[in-house]
Amino acid sequence: MAYTVEGKGPSHIGIRMSNDAPPSHKEEARAQAEEALFGFWVFLMSDLIIFSMLFATYATMTHALAGGPGPKQLFDIHSAALETIALLLSSFTCGLATLYMRYDGSVKKTLLWFVVTLLLGAVFLSLELHDFIAMAAKGGVPSRSGWLSASWALIGTHGLHVTTGCIWLLIMFAQVAKFGLDPLVQTRFMRLALFWHFLDVVWIGIFSIVYLLGVIS
Amino acid sequence: MIHFLFGELGYNALPFYSAIATVAASVVVLGAVVVVGSITWLRGWRALWSEWLTSVDHKRIGIMYVVVSFVMLARAVIEACVMRSQQAVAYDSPGFIPPEHFAQLFTTHGTIMIFFMAMPFLIGIYNFAMPLQLGARDVSFPVMNSISLGLTSAGAVLMMISLCLGKFSTGGWTGYPPYTELSFSPGVGVDYWIWALTLSSLGNTMTGINFAVTIYKKRAPGMTLFRMPLFCWTALCISILMIFAMPPLTVATLMLAMDRYLDMHFFTNALGGNMMNYVNMFWLFGHPEVYILILPAFGVYSETIATFSNKRLYGYTSLVWATVSIAVLSFTVWLHHFFTMGQDGSVNAVFGIATMLIAIPTGVKVYDWLLTMFRGRIRLSVPMLYASAFMILFVVGGATGVMLANPGFDYQVHNTLFLVAHFHNMLIPGLLFGMLSAYHYWFPKAFGFRLNEVWGRIIFACWTGGFLLAFMPLYIVGALGMPRRSQEFFEAVYQPYMYVALAGAALVFCALASMAIQLWTSIRNRDSLRVFAGDPWNGRTLEWSIAAPPPEYNFARIPKVDSVDAFYQAKQQRTAWRAPDEYFDIPLPANSPVGFLCCVSGGAFGFALTWHIWWAVVVSALVFFGSIVLRSFNRDTMRIVPSGEVQETEENWLLALSETPPVANEAMFTTANRGLVREPV
Repeated sequence: MAYTVEGKGPSHIGIRMSNDAPPSHKEEARAQAEEALFGFWVFLMSDLIIFSMLFATYATMTHALAGGPGPKQLFDIHSAALETIALLLSSFTCGLATLYMRYDGSVKKTLLWFVVTLLLGAVFLSLELHDFIAMAAKGGVPSRSGWLSASWALIGTHGLHVTTGCIWLLIMFAQVAKFGLDPLVQTRFMRLALFWHFLDVVWIGIFSIVYLLGVIS
Repeated sequence: MIHFLFGELGYNALPFYSAIATVAASVVVLGAVVVVGSITWLRGWRALWSEWLTSVDHKRIGIMYVVVSFVMLARAVIEACVMRSQQAVAYDSPGFIPPEHFAQLFTTHGTIMIFFMAMPFLIGIYNFAMPLQLGARDVSFPVMNSISLGLTSAGAVLMMISLCLGKFSTGGWTGYPPYTELSFSPGVGVDYWIWALTLSSLGNTMTGINFAVTIYKKRAPGMTLFRMPLFCWTALCISILMIFAMPPLTVATLMLAMDRYLDMHFFTNALGGNMMNYVNMFWLFGHPEVYILILPAFGVYSETIATFSNKRLYGYTSLVWATVSIAVLSFTVWLHHFFTMGQDGSVNAVFGIATMLIAIPTGVKVYDWLLTMFRGRIRLSVPMLYASAFMILFVVGGATGVMLANPGFDYQVHNTLFLVAHFHNMLIPGLLFGMLSAYHYWFPKAFGFRLNEVWGRIIFACWTGGFLLAFMPLYIVGALGMPRRSQEFFEAVYQPYMYVALAGAALVFCALASMAIQLWTSIRNRDSLRVFAGDPWNGRTLEWSIAAPPPEYNFARIPKVDSVDAFYQAKQQRTAWRAPDEYFDIPLPANSPVGFLCCVSGGAFGFALTWHIWWAVVVSALVFFGSIVLRSFNRDTMRIVPSGEVQETEENWLLALSETPPVANEAMFTTANRGLVREPV
């Protein structure tokens, strides 16, 4: 049987990282990064199924108010709009950070934009928390009706994801402090960025289906 | 203070409410004590820790999965026997098991067989064999693999603990609300069920991701997708099914948990809850799950039939497409699990037709296997016996499946033993026979010695006979209208069939006992069963091209592939077993305790939630995520096997190989087989 020469697999394309590693190492790191990123895409697909189940549940429960308060009484569309702006902006800054990381290699600029991303994420979360408190004050607690259970679960799951993203960012700052922007840290940032953009996409669904349709209906 | 420390856990949780529960719990405790005691006595803790529990080697993880599944198989088979005994004496009589206990039995039996026997069994077999068939050194994410094993095991441990502390759910393996809501099932049983399932389904999702990435990215050079062994194709299909079908289960069980813990109203009767959402999500998982269970068996049969017929698999491409179509169609039929739940007749018709469509690709497969055997040099090995029984019995099960796919007929036999007979007919000759043949087929590869042939045949006879006796009568009583899950019945006509079914259960128990005996005698006589040369069945795929057991790095050099049966072709061209001209250092993933920590903390998390021990919930969650975060700061994750060591291992093996006398095809099952078979002319 024929054998392959070690470390000379099929060439991998598409992942650009800035580092000064020797070419052979670079090749290996690239192959590993590709595997990790592909795996993360697959995970996101799986995570998307979770959100689609929550959306489907929400859709079937739109009228399950059980005499309790509905979207018109509970939703503050201005606050939701601000949340949307904060999250969309954070996606933009996250994109900037990734671009600086991959094409510029400047640790300072990369970190700066990731910090801005984190701050915008925190703004989003505090607005959302404020919304939840306001809803509860108006009697919109999750135990009140099927519709409220579904909305709290859908919005809350997204919020939990954003919280995870923020904690992940903090952990990544510690990793940069320890290892610098080495290839492994870079692929982790790339996965984090994928996650962050994914949450943006999900939020657009929530904003349109839950908030906009809720206020219109 | 006591309540803070122990939550709802109190003395009344101990299993002294009935003699059977006390005995069962004592067996579990005794079993645990015996295991711990014998490990201590053999001074095995260090080896267990460093070679198994912290290992991230796909072969060892696979073996551990299969061990978990065997333990759970034993428990669930015994439960089945108890239920059969009850029904045999239940005509016009309460028998010896009260209704609530009987309901616990069928719930744990179903839950265990699906989630803690079948799933770990097939995942274990894939873990062991798939990377070897692909010519890879490990799966893509070895540590995640060990975390998956940890989560599944944690779920299995919760199942075992539920025997000793508190009562398990009585809601069946599907756990339909509103019955499983707090108002109807106030105990901890449903909570045990929820957390055991949630843990295992998270583990399975990660396994799906891991396997899919491994198959896409780690195939040996030259192995295009259409040169993969069919077993790997089924691995790819079930991985995709797991990635997409496990999350609905996770969402459904977590929503049920939110109903129970946070007073929400997803599936309750009051305040706008809608139990149909649960049913839809559960079967959106549950139907693909059926194919997650059966496709691996198809993969195994495709390997064993080709190997033991000494022929290339007939219609490889059609088998691939049949597998893929089954995987796709599996997402379009979930509604046939609840034809009677009130939707429009036209909706039922659509799903009924979609269900019948699945019979087409499955039929294609059966013909392909038959034609593979046609004019082959068939050797009736144990896996081949299973394959033959499977092809006959599975067609019977498939035919009753097509009957059930007709909503009109389904209304007649809904909730009867006919359905129970049908799905056992698919799962035992399908899944279980497939996995048992995989066990016999790859055991010599995993451990370096074959399993005892005679006992293998006895096990086969017991399983097949036991299955026929236990389930064929159920078709009849089901058609006569006997409801499933009956603790007591009042129709005299059912009674004789129940006796036959009991005899079948007894035979199945004999099969279980025979499996233990076979393992015992095979280990005792392992020296006469050794197949170090590595190719005891005249195999066709890459896993047979290396030593048995394989070295930890699998392949000294990654092979280059240019056909479907790469190793068989190499043997034909006399290029097999060639020593590489040069050896290299091989980097392998280093051991990691993360999987074990996740197992312990995940299990503790589920247990604490079940019993409302909130401080332990927080602590275990912190340990779980903390161990993963800390691991991400560890850069010392690889270990190098030096080229000298590789060379020594390989040369030892090649030397032994050259001294191994090849055995004739006909003598493959005798002790003359040392792992090298002469090619028949």
